[in-house]
Formats: sequence, C-alpha cells, structure tokens
Amino acid sequence: MSRTPLDTVEHAAATPDVELPWAELGLKKDEYERVVEILGRRPTGAELAMYSVMWSEHCSYKSSKVHLRQFGEKAPQSDALLVGIGENAGVVDVGQGYAVTFKVESHNHPSYVEPYQGAATGVGGIVRDIIAMGARPVAVVDPLRFGAADHPDTKRVLPGVVAGIGGYGNCLGLPNIGGEVVFDACYQGNPLVNAGAIGVMRHEDIHLAKASGSGNKVILYGARTGGDGIGGASILASETFDDAKPSKRPAVQVGDPFQEKLLIECTLEAFKEKLVVGIQDLGAAGLSCATSELASNGSGGMTVILDDVPLRDSTLSPEEILMSESQERMCAVVEPAKVERFLEICEKWDVIATVIGEVTDGDRLEIYWHGGKIVDVDPRTVAHDGPVYERPYARPSWQDELQADDANKLPRPATSEELRGQVLKLVSSPNQASKKWITSQYDHFVQGNTVLAQPEDSGMIRIDEETGLGVAIATDGNGRYAKLDPYAGAQLALSEAYRNVATTGAKPLAVSDCLNFGSPEDPAVMWQFAEAIRGLADACQQLGTPVTGGNVSLYNQTGEVAIHPTPVVAVLGVIDDVARRTPVAFQEDGQLLYLLGDTREEFGGSAWSQVVHDHLGGLPPKVDLERERLLAEILISASRDGMIDSAHDLSDGGLIQAVVESALLGGKGARLIVPDGLDAFTLLFSESAGRAVVAVPRSEEVRFNDMCGARGLPVTRIGVVDGETVELQGEFELSLEELGEAHEATIPALLA
Amino acid sequence: MTARIGVVTFPGSLDDRDTQRAIRLAGAEPVALWHKDKDLHQVDAVVLPGGFSYGDYLRAGAISRFSPVMETVIEQAKAGLPVLGICNGFQILTEAHLLPGGMLGNDHLHFICRDQKLRVENADTAWTVDYESGQEIHIPLKNMDGRYVADQYTLDKLEAEGRVAFRYLDFNPNGSLNDIAGITNEAGNVVGLMPHPEHAVEPLIGSGRTDGLPFFTSILKKLVNA
Repeated sequence: MSRTPLDTVEHAAATPDVELPWAELGLKKDEYERVVEILGRRPTGAELAMYSVMWSEHCSYKSSKVHLRQFGEKAPQSDALLVGIGENAGVVDVGQGYAVTFKVESHNHPSYVEPYQGAATGVGGIVRDIIAMGARPVAVVDPLRFGAADHPDTKRVLPGVVAGIGGYGNCLGLPNIGGEVVFDACYQGNPLVNAGAIGVMRHEDIHLAKASGSGNKVILYGARTGGDGIGGASILASETFDDAKPSKRPAVQVGDPFQEKLLIECTLEAFKEKLVVGIQDLGAAGLSCATSELASNGSGGMTVILDDVPLRDSTLSPEEILMSESQERMCAVVEPAKVERFLEICEKWDVIATVIGEVTDGDRLEIYWHGGKIVDVDPRTVAHDGPVYERPYARPSWQDELQADDANKLPRPATSEELRGQVLKLVSSPNQASKKWITSQYDHFVQGNTVLAQPEDSGMIRIDEETGLGVAIATDGNGRYAKLDPYAGAQLALSEAYRNVATTGAKPLAVSDCLNFGSPEDPAVMWQFAEAIRGLADACQQLGTPVTGGNVSLYNQTGEVAIHPTPVVAVLGVIDDVARRTPVAFQEDGQLLYLLGDTREEFGGSAWSQVVHDHLGGLPPKVDLERERLLAEILISASRDGMIDSAHDLSDGGLIQAVVESALLGGKGARLIVPDGLDAFTLLFSESAGRAVVAVPRSEEVRFNDMCGARGLPVTRIGVVDGETVELQGEFELSLEELGEAHEATIPALLA
Repeated sequence: MTARIGVVTFPGSLDDRDTQRAIRLAGAEPVALWHKDKDLHQVDAVVLPGGFSYGDYLRAGAISRFSPVMETVIEQAKAGLPVLGICNGFQILTEAHLLPGGMLGNDHLHFICRDQKLRVENADTAWTVDYESGQEIHIPLKNMDGRYVADQYTLDKLEAEGRVAFRYLDFNPNGSLNDIAGITNEAGNVVGLMPHPEHAVEPLIGSGRTDGLPFFTSILKKLVNA
C-alpha cells in the first residue's frame, strides 16, 4: 500500500477513485462495496485493513453465524452458566464461589504451514483468552488430527506440532492433561490442531472485554508489534490451500512463551488489585480486533494514537500495525488514576506497557498516525456487523451410497486364532496404540494439582486444596462417524466427552466446541456443518449442558477434497472431592468386571472396520442421550459411594480396547467370558454408545447391582481382574507383555 | 519452632508455588523471595525452583545466575546456607558454580515428562537425611535440558567423594553421564537435581506417591535440630 501521501480519512474522501487492494486482502466485491456504503466514501488503507481482517471468515463467522444461533436458541436452562457465548470464553459456576472458564480453538492452517510455531501460538492464543476473562489458567488439552501415520509428511507435521505444544505450554507452566491424537488420510494436507484451556477464578473476578468510562486509558502491553502474522486470520484461516499459490509461511506468527508467562503473572496481579475496567487479548486480527471489539462492547467510542504502539520493526506501515498478529500482546482499559499502578506492575514483570489511547464519549473509533486521522468508523460495523451468509447447502449425492455400504456385512473373524490376531492388530494400530511418546513431551505435573491426565478418560485438576473441589475435562470427536451421519456424529462426540467426564466421577456441566469442516462454499460441506450444529444443539439441550463458546474452522480441505466433518466437543465437569475420582487402571486382582449398557452389532465407522478392512460405510452407532444421562448418573454415584475402583468408557475400538488399556495401565490382567446373547466378536469390537466397563470390589457387588437394577441400567458381568494375561475364555489368551509391546511400540516406530 | 524456607521466583519460574506447598506440607514455613531483591529475609534455607527462567534463552539458568538475589545466595551458600536447586534451579546452581558440571539438551532431543525411578546415593546431605542410603524412590521428571555432563576428573571426584546424591535407575531419561540425577557440594549444604520432589508430596496428586516429601522434612529436621 502506498504511504505517500498518507491515506487519511480526508484524503480518502477527496480521492474516491483510488483503487484499493480489497481482493488481495480477502474481501469479496460485494463486501468491499458494503464497506463503501457504510462509510459513505471509500475506506482509507487502514480502514480497509481493519474491515478485511474483521470480516474474514475466521473473525466474523459469516458463513456459520446463521447456524450457530441454535446454540443460544436451544440452550438448556442451566444455573451453572455465568457467562455465555460471545465473550472471550464462557464461564461456569462450579460451586464454593469458584468459576471456571474454558474454550477450545483451532490453529489448523498455521500448523500445516509451520508445525512448531503454528501449534505453539495456538496454545498461546487460547491461554490469553482465558486470562482475558480474569482467570488463572490451570490446564491445557490438545485434540489433534493428522494424516496417515505412515505418510512421510506426517513425520514432518506431527513431531513439530507436538514439540510446539510442549515447547509453549511447558514453558508457561500449564499441565497438559488431555486431548486426542487421531490419524486419517483425510487430514493429510490439512491437519487439525485444536487447543483448549481451562482457567479458574472467584466469581467476583470475572472480567469482560469492553471499554467503558469516558477518559479511561487504553493500554497496550506485552510484546512489541512486528510484521509477523499479517493477514493470518483473513488469508491463512479463511482460504483453502492450493499448491499453485506462493508460500504462506510469513503469515504464521512466532511465539515467545516466556513473554506470555510474564503476561499471565502481570495481568493476574493487575486483576488482583482491581485495576482493570475491560480487557481483550490480541489474537487473530491483532489491534484491529482488540480496539474495535473493546469499543463496540463498551458504552462510548475510542481514540487511538497508533504512533505510540511499540514496534519491533520501525518500517511497518499503519495498515500493517493494525493487521499484525504478533503474539503475547493484550489491551487493557484502565481508569486514569490507576494507570500509574498498572504500569508499575508491568515494570515489575519487565513487560512493556504503553498508553495508546482513551475511551471517548462519542461512538466512533478514531485512529491517528503521524498527526492524520486514518480511521474513523463506527466500531460496531467492524466488529459485529460483518456480512452474514446464508450459504446454500444440500445433502451430498453420495451420502445414501455411503450409508448403504453396511460395515455390519464385512467378513468377521472365522476362528479363535483370527480373532486373537485382530485384537493385536487393533490395539497396535496407530489410532488405538498408546500415545505415550507424544504425551510424555508435555508437562502434566506442574502446578501440583493434577489428579488425572491422559491416558485417563478425562483430565482432572484440583482447584481447592482444603475441600478437594475439582474440575474434569474431556474432548472427543470422531470424523468417521460424522462423515456417515453429521447429525449423529456431533451427538456422538458430545456423548463420548460427557461419558468420559462422568467415568472419572465428575458431573458434566457445560460444553465448548471446535467445529472443523471443509469449504462453506461447497453445499455438501455446508450441509454437514448445518447438520452437525443441529445435532449438537439438540443434544446439548437434552443433556442440559449449554454450549458456552467455541470456534469454527472452515476451509479445511486440500483442493476440492474436504476433511471428514470433525466437530470436536469438550465437556467440563465438576467433582466435589477429587479423592473420589475413578481411574482407568485395574486396581486389584479379584475385582469383578461389569459391562454397563447395551451392546448391539454396530460396526459402521468403527476402529475395527478401519483397521481390519480399511472400510468406512454404513451408519454410526445409535445415539441414546437418555441412556448417556443414566449411565453418567450411575458412574458418578458409584464413584461417590466407593462402589467401583476403576472405570473406562467404551468408544472407538470397543470393549477389548478398553480392557487392554485398563489392564496395561494397572499391570493386572483380566479373564473375560462371553455373556449370553452376545457373540465374541460383537462383545469385543462393537462400538455401541452409552457403555462403560467398571471394576467392582466383591464387597460392593450386591450394592452395585441393586443400584443399577433399581435405576434400570443394563449391567452384565463379563469377567474378573486377574493374572498377567487378557483372556477371553474358550477363545484366546494374550500376555500383558505381548499386548504392552504391541500397544507401545507403534507410535515411536513411526515417528521417533 | 519451625524453619523458614525461601523459594525464589525468577521471571519464568513455574514450580515456585508447588515448592511452597511442599514446604508447608512438610511443616515448615515457605517464604517467597523475588529475583530482584538481594535480601533473603532471614530465611534458614533456600530453594531455587523449576521452570524456564528467562525462557531458558541463551542457556538454561545462564541469565538467572546473574540476578540480584543470586549474589546473596552464592555468598551465603558458601558460608553454609542450605540451598536446593530443582531442575532449572539445578541448572542455575551449576551456572553459578555452586555445583560442578552442567546440563545439555536431552540426548533424544525431546522434552520428557515421566515418573522416574531413582536411587538415593547420599543420605547425609542437608536435604536427604530423611532417606536411607541406597533407597529407591520414584519422583516425576520433566525437562528439555537435563543431560548432566562434567569432565572426567570432576566425575571421578564426585564419585570418589560420594557426591553423586541421586542416580537414575532402570532408564536414563536424558543421557546424563554416570546416570547422574543429582549431586551435592562437598559440604553437603548445596544439592541440585533434575527430578521434581515437590511433585511427589501428596498421595492423590501428580505421580500419586509421596517419595519427594523427605527432601523437605530432611531440611526441617536439620534446621530445627541445629
């Protein structure tokens, strides 16, 4: 963009015919025309920069907004919800005066371009969202999806992503307690790097992103602003990758976790002294987003002197400063009398802080550069009145054929030997194998409050040392199920995360989601998206767990080929006393194994169909939300009353996967029997939802059975914890040693 | 009476609050110390906690070693003040030459977090008297730069004088020479180790063991009986 003469508001009004590079900045023609209409003149270069990033798909949710409304419209009544959708992150009441904020976001495209920095800054961004609510971050989780495990590019992307998450999160002192790692060829050119974080605060400490009070100062603090990440949101996150275009590496930001750690401490200290009126982190769209959102959420306007922004590179143009996505920056609104103390705290932590503007009693956002006014807009038109699209959607023509390709008709193992072989093949397949090589690169001990971490069903953090109050979080998503049926797939993702939280003994309270889909310009993808949201909103309503916020990531595709629709759902739960938590590992020989729930012949989208037949077709498992709720109640009661010593949810890989994991983690085997009415194959590999396997001490057998019977939950005895093998009576026996070797060796062999 | 044990917070310290909790659980009084403050506020002992002080930029511990608080810590450690360096704290102690040798990046080039088996080799230091010599314990380990190295002369001297305080058992997680996990100075008042005893002080949390608590009861016993 030309900088001579300075493109001021005045200059723009006087030169209506100047051509601006709106298309290069990602705006469509009609969107540009709308900007001109709003302003009543052509925008200045700086205004164009702001509109283009704020109206990008990533920031404006222009394709998804009309569907996302359902989360509000169908929101269940919940006393727990303190702050809902729309803020930096939702906030949930967990009792004893504590509030918990949590959110999941995507950093998919940057992580493909530059795995280490893409993933690292993904962690940085979500953590700043949590701080901006007034909370101390206490844990992170990372749901990840990569291409085929044995593809050479996966060996480039995965180790970089894992090192980036570790490098950033470990350095911040945040335990990494959960997440997933899934491999599927559909993510080859478009890995999914979702990052979630949880923060804890007292109710009275909740902060919101708004600038109120005329005369209050706007303080930018944290890292200096540089040229990195310019156009990250508008270009990287909102377009499809195409080999024909030039490298987008410069659009990826570079993270400095040390700076972020200082930012956390100094922000929390400022909160503690009640110095902050409003706060916003600088993430996607940088200063454009922070200033326009703070101003439009408050009561007045705002004036900003852009010359006062500390720069890393003095040659940056005002447009670049407004668009820069340099990391580790925050923007606070502070009363004039408290500015000095705020700056002192920043000084204490060696954090650069600068007053860059103030709140005005007007309703305009005005930005000055070298004495000229380069932005004069109604901030709401930038932050909230972006375009809204009713994208056409249509059920894809291939959906019927896909569903007709029934996985239940695939050839099943004919002999015990074959069954045994398939069990080994399953537990050693990349998706079902141990992810220890990955999770051991994350610190899960720091802060000294980690009760459970991966590979447990949910991560659990103690938040009060005296009372033992804790929170649990699980994230789940199954793109294969969602491809077969996006409505059911989204509900199954919620069901699984809900079940995982309950399996550890915590009560599910609220939901955050990260919705990863292909291009919204493809009606088939848009149908998947619409169906998934409808499914998730309906299920949240029925289970009484409101969606508190989340993130939409579109354009996840390579050329014309979209990823599997992949709604990732995070469920947050609360447990009154973490001492009552239920682990996955078998604890004691002789304990009785019970299967809870109904097992049907359901193999569509299953791990077995993928591992043994490389097949995806048919229908996903049946959704039964009332059953999920009942199962959760039983698991929570049993945990509270000490009736079970271990529990594991059944999901991908079915019962045998769960039993093998519990056995290996506990170092104790199991003897299984095939109960009446089931065959060995279905018992082992079916992925029917609404199920868990629990280990019950003999002294609790009667009480536990009575409870399940009284509440109408099907309960089937399937064996006993015992010995050093996993044995299915009359079929096969596998030593823990052989299983352990099979389960542990796969990932290091492929990636180390 | 109880002992007052200082925990230094450097910019980028991560396990400072955890260490304070461990000190409290052991029955001593934790005192927060700040890196810019030379005053140790009459504490009876000092812990340099884990973390990534100054982001581990330049070299782990290399910048913190020059902070104002370290001037006093170095001076008083030489005069007998008990000092424990955990992970990044151990790195700072070697950078400050209170302990010999240094730490390089893990030989496998990855961050590693695991519950690590150790053998207590020296139960006579200020921080280990509540262990038995030869006792096997499990303590969480988490680091990027944990590979202990020293020249042969130093290694021989450490071994001959019984100054290897802890050794990795079954699995060397980072390529440390002689499987060294922690060492002590000649006087036994300064101890550094890579694993994190403060993460093994409560049965329910972290590794679920309490094998790290004796670090903190040792120093309490030593100070209160002194």
